[in-house]
Amino acid sequence: MSQTATSATLPSAATSTGPQSSSAARARPAAGGGSRRAGWALFGNATGWILPALILIGWEAASRTGLISPNVLAAPSAVAEAFWRLLLSGELAQNIWISSLRALSGFAIGGAIGLVLGLANGLSALSRNLTDTTLQMIRNIPHLALIPLVILWFGIDEEAKLFLVALGVFFPVYVNTLLGIQSVDPQLVEMGRAYGMSRAALFVRVILPGALPSIFVGLRYALGIMWLTLIVAETIAASSGLGYMAMQAREFLLIDVVVLSILIYALLGKLADSLARLLERRFLQWHPAFQTA
Amino acid sequence: MTAITFTAARTQSGKTTASRRSAGAGLAKQAAPAPLEDAPALREALPAQEQATERKTALSLRGLKRRFGDKEVLKGIDVDIPEGQFVAIIGKSGCGKSTLLRLITGLDQPSDGTLTVGDGQQDKRIRIMFQEPRLLPWARIVENVEVGLTGISKGPAARETALALLAEVGLADRAGEWPAVLSGGQRQRVALARALAAKPAILALDEPLGALDALTRIDMQRLLERIWRQEGFAAVLVTHDVTEAVALADRVIVIDEGAIALDLPIPLPRPRRHGGAEMAALEGRILAALFDEA
Repeated sequence: MSQTATSATLPSAATSTGPQSSSAARARPAAGGGSRRAGWALFGNATGWILPALILIGWEAASRTGLISPNVLAAPSAVAEAFWRLLLSGELAQNIWISSLRALSGFAIGGAIGLVLGLANGLSALSRNLTDTTLQMIRNIPHLALIPLVILWFGIDEEAKLFLVALGVFFPVYVNTLLGIQSVDPQLVEMGRAYGMSRAALFVRVILPGALPSIFVGLRYALGIMWLTLIVAETIAASSGLGYMAMQAREFLLIDVVVLSILIYALLGKLADSLARLLERRFLQWHPAFQTA
Repeated sequence: MTAITFTAARTQSGKTTASRRSAGAGLAKQAAPAPLEDAPALREALPAQEQATERKTALSLRGLKRRFGDKEVLKGIDVDIPEGQFVAIIGKSGCGKSTLLRLITGLDQPSDGTLTVGDGQQDKRIRIMFQEPRLLPWARIVENVEVGLTGISKGPAARETALALLAEVGLADRAGEWPAVLSGGQRQRVALARALAAKPAILALDEPLGALDALTRIDMQRLLERIWRQEGFAAVLVTHDVTEAVALADRVIVIDEGAIALDLPIPLPRPRRHGGAEMAALEGRILAALFDEA
């Protein structure tokens, strides 16, 4: 399993055809441990969950003893009950599904545009001169400030959310891709040229892998922006989704549902980040920072 | 099995060179026992003779100039490097020796003059080994060696050649590792394997041993000499280490302020031992050219 993972994740494997030689796999005793650890990465390191568990226990105790009034904060057990209720009614799954779909499609659109423009501006001075100034100006507008305008344009339909998420995700991906390409070691590029690589080969084997660590930084940052934007947008202008569910609950003073929504945000955010880290580990296993001793 | 086919192919291409060299080594051996005072004339005559009669030219530079702005870094270099010769280029830093190497490898273009590779007809491969290993950190060792085969072969054939070369430089067991886990000397050995992968006619070496510690350096010099004798390429080594130049090269060219200050044959028999009297004498002449402009 680790061998297929290796050839799939190596950027250069695409051009150097043929399977990994057996000696390549043999000489890497750390690989087995690496993939086992990668499985854990989805849930994070187990020790990282000790603190949240303690907080939860303390919170429940405080609620039971009346230290926290149920009007201020629902007890974890009440939240769990709300979770169960909404799960059975199908409402929760429906809202999580809608929100995730919005988040991911907005992320895909904004991320793809950011990646393409970042690559183009990193590789071509012409493209950079043409677009970078404009993009930097737009970047300095907080994208959430556009909400009134976006509501005027799109109402509270899906486009509004997609537009905001895509815009929010675009910049971290763009800026970090550009930075990544600009910081590729020029000595390696020169080496590639001296060894007769074509422009395409140079890009695939030298420039893109060199920019990848930075692109991943952008990706993880963008995931944070993605949830933030979506939740704000759904809270202000939506008729479905998690943010809408929380706002509805507020109207009816269902504090357990409000707390539940917030917890789900936290979990989804953590899940997205863990996925990004998993990808990072896969694609950057050559990097000393990701090598497990 | 891999290694055998590889060596066979190599001998085929380097046949002429190999026979030529054994003849040269024989002559050098005859010259060696002669007393030092009488030797220089004979020694200096030898390679020139060889050059004229037997060796084809691997690389020919005519009036090569390179300007950066109004600063002339190379002021007209004329050199012929015969096939299979090991040339060391020495000079103080900023004398233009690295610029010369970049011109030879095509990483830079001359402002004036001509540079002919081989007989100018067929496309001879020139490879460069840099001061730094310049391995791709995201490619495994064997894949880094395969970079040297870009546009020449790929797939299982490239893998086979790369593994054979790694065995050649003593790193067969590290093929599947990342460059980050290797030591500096090992990385430079991978870079050597990469440079050799295409069986170059000319190998340019830009102070590739400069950053290594003294012991690793001697190891690398021996490895380089062994592989050079076996492969028969013309080597152009830029260095600032006079001892290294005399230990490795057939000929030392001293460059001073963009021009050739000394072109000295080193007709010592191989393998050479560090610290011999003859080597010291030659080193003295080179140092004199570097510092006194004698």
